[in-house]
Amino acid sequence: MKLVKPYGDTLDDGALQLSFTLPIEWSEAADESARQLVAKMGFTDVAVAEGRKIAGGFSFFVVYARTLVAIDVSTIAAPSATRDALDMDAVDELIRTRVGRKIRVAGACIGTDAHTVGIDAILNMKGYKGNYGLERYHGFEVFNLGSQIAVEELVRFAIDRQIDALLVSQVVTQKGSDIANFTALAELLEAEGLRDAIVLVAGGPRVTNLLAAELGYDAGFGRGTLPSDVATFIARRMAARVLA
Amino acid sequence: MELRIDSGAVRAARRLAEAIVDPIAAFIAGHTTVAVERSVARLLGIDGVDGNGVPLPNRLVDALADQPGGAARALGAAVAETGCTPQQIAEGLAGGSTLPDPDVTPAAAIRGALAPYVARGLAAIDGRRAERDERLQRLPQAAPPLLYVIVASGNIYEDRTAAVAAAEAGAQIIAVIRSTAQSLLDFVPHGATTEGFGGTYATQQNFRLMRAALDDVSERLGRYVMLTNYASGLCMPEIATMAALERLDMLLNDSMYGILFRDINMKRTFVDQHFSRLVNARAGIIINTGEDNYLTTADAVEQAPAVLASQFINEAFAHRAGLPDALIGLGDAYEIDPDLEDGFLFQVAQAQLARQCFPHSPLKYMPPTKHMTGDIFKGHLIDAMFNLTSVMTNQTIHLCGMLTEAIHTPFVGDRALSLANAQYVMGTARHFGDEITFRPDGKIEGRARLVLREAVELLARVAERGLMESIAAKTFADVARPPDGGRGFDGVVAKNAVYWNPFEDALSPLATA
Repeated sequence: MKLVKPYGDTLDDGALQLSFTLPIEWSEAADESARQLVAKMGFTDVAVAEGRKIAGGFSFFVVYARTLVAIDVSTIAAPSATRDALDMDAVDELIRTRVGRKIRVAGACIGTDAHTVGIDAILNMKGYKGNYGLERYHGFEVFNLGSQIAVEELVRFAIDRQIDALLVSQVVTQKGSDIANFTALAELLEAEGLRDAIVLVAGGPRVTNLLAAELGYDAGFGRGTLPSDVATFIARRMAARVLA
Repeated sequence: MELRIDSGAVRAARRLAEAIVDPIAAFIAGHTTVAVERSVARLLGIDGVDGNGVPLPNRLVDALADQPGGAARALGAAVAETGCTPQQIAEGLAGGSTLPDPDVTPAAAIRGALAPYVARGLAAIDGRRAERDERLQRLPQAAPPLLYVIVASGNIYEDRTAAVAAAEAGAQIIAVIRSTAQSLLDFVPHGATTEGFGGTYATQQNFRLMRAALDDVSERLGRYVMLTNYASGLCMPEIATMAALERLDMLLNDSMYGILFRDINMKRTFVDQHFSRLVNARAGIIINTGEDNYLTTADAVEQAPAVLASQFINEAFAHRAGLPDALIGLGDAYEIDPDLEDGFLFQVAQAQLARQCFPHSPLKYMPPTKHMTGDIFKGHLIDAMFNLTSVMTNQTIHLCGMLTEAIHTPFVGDRALSLANAQYVMGTARHFGDEITFRPDGKIEGRARLVLREAVELLARVAERGLMESIAAKTFADVARPPDGGRGFDGVVAKNAVYWNPFEDALSPLATA
């Protein structure tokens, strides 16, 4: 058991900062409203450091406060999909010796999402931050379908081309469109009886491995992911399948 | 603060861009598209949808499939034969009637019957332009860089609230980001909309609602607040037409963006961009080109020459459509990796190089996006350096960076913090650029010269190979697009001998020698 609170300048002081907008004209009463609102959330020692008008009918606040709540960090687990990533040569070697053929990977931004920056960073030969993309690996045959790919189209493609691993990216998260698209794909693969035959990977700035697992994916990769993280995961998962 | 650059290289770049655009201009002159014809229909007063929600301009142009003489000719014949208005004729089509055979009506009768509608369409555009001129005179804008923010809730009514709040916080230009799927729709949705993904649908009614709200706040603030949307995708010229009719002030409008980044057919794009720019030139709408996209998809240091080359090509295409320099907002972005030592120097070099190559262009400067993370505090700092670069190098249109760029579409508070950042930096460093000089042959000047030299080399390679062939060979943005591939190619139509487009005739600049 290890109880932890936010740390300002003294252990267990519970200090934290908040900022938010209220849809009211600024006045001294607006500052007091912000203070009482934060107190109502359960915080103590609430201090409104800044309160000002940002437009007619809108006020912005910076607030410092303390919390009495603590969390037992010894009970928390969030397994990472990026543990002990191999480099490109090691991934290729793993695929050559343990899978024995090229792994066929298809990637796409599904639904209406047109932001290919994430999927391109992982797949394009050039890669990201000096880390080569999957196209550069000998062990992968890569199909980057690009943006705005319908879930049905992607599943058809996976069947036609006998895809081993699907990488789907969602950058736009407005009104839950990312979750809806991720779920639609997982459900369609399930309905087609393909779910167990494919390594299914979700990516995007708001994706976590935990979220991906909840949505029925094999792994989820969030911000800062390098191509070799994804390559390692796919190669290991495929090697485990060959063994099984 | 001037870079000593080779003015001969700048002239060479411009000559090469002209040579690149020449053969494309010849192609454009011989072709039309379904989107151009729908624009003609709109300019002739056709609006609304049929019982299934299909826009009447689409119904009309679909009915013309076997008549390559163009929408105006078919409508002119129908007006001459029936005495109905173009709108009534389109409504009749939606109700199941057919168009008369235009070959039986004499050309003079066709032109005569349509003349009042053509005049009305042009007068509508001119009237909107005059309104803008009058307001800009009466409600002058603050000095550039003009602070530009986006709204993107998906709901036009929420957007309106956000836009007014942003204007009150100092925004001078409001862009309504479109729903992500809209660029690939081959029709323009109709009416006010309250649902969209990553943005709000561009519709004529949405334009009208936002324009009215901004006009209202402009009067209150005593300064004109500009409105922007996106003339890109498969309906590029139709959006330009609707923007002209509703007094938008700027449009995102690039000659190659759709080809490279949305896989729209290049022939379709070239013809569409030309007609859209003819309309923009008449309407006095400032175009914003999309060079920032080269930098978000690839390394910003490596892509710098491609950005400059694309600016020259966009300028050449724009001149062909009669856009003066004052309406050509060429794009660039602050996208160099913040971990790169002296990256700021490279940014200043690129921004100042664009300023000197295009001294009369209202340059459009885009904020950091690619290297923004969930660390909003660092993001706010990077935005401040972007703001400093912009004011130092006299950029004109300044899209304010958001500290929450990597997290969500901006909250109302994010926009206010972003505007406050820009106002502080641009105020405190207002005349900094006038007070300093670049070290001769230093890092900044050296970088600018290298980028200019490489841009000229790139333009020379494209001129030699041909633009369409170069795009097919992965010259831009690392993507290959074949001339007959991509979306919308089946909507490109060769003009026949009797083809007639009265708006093209009225809007085309006189051919230059």
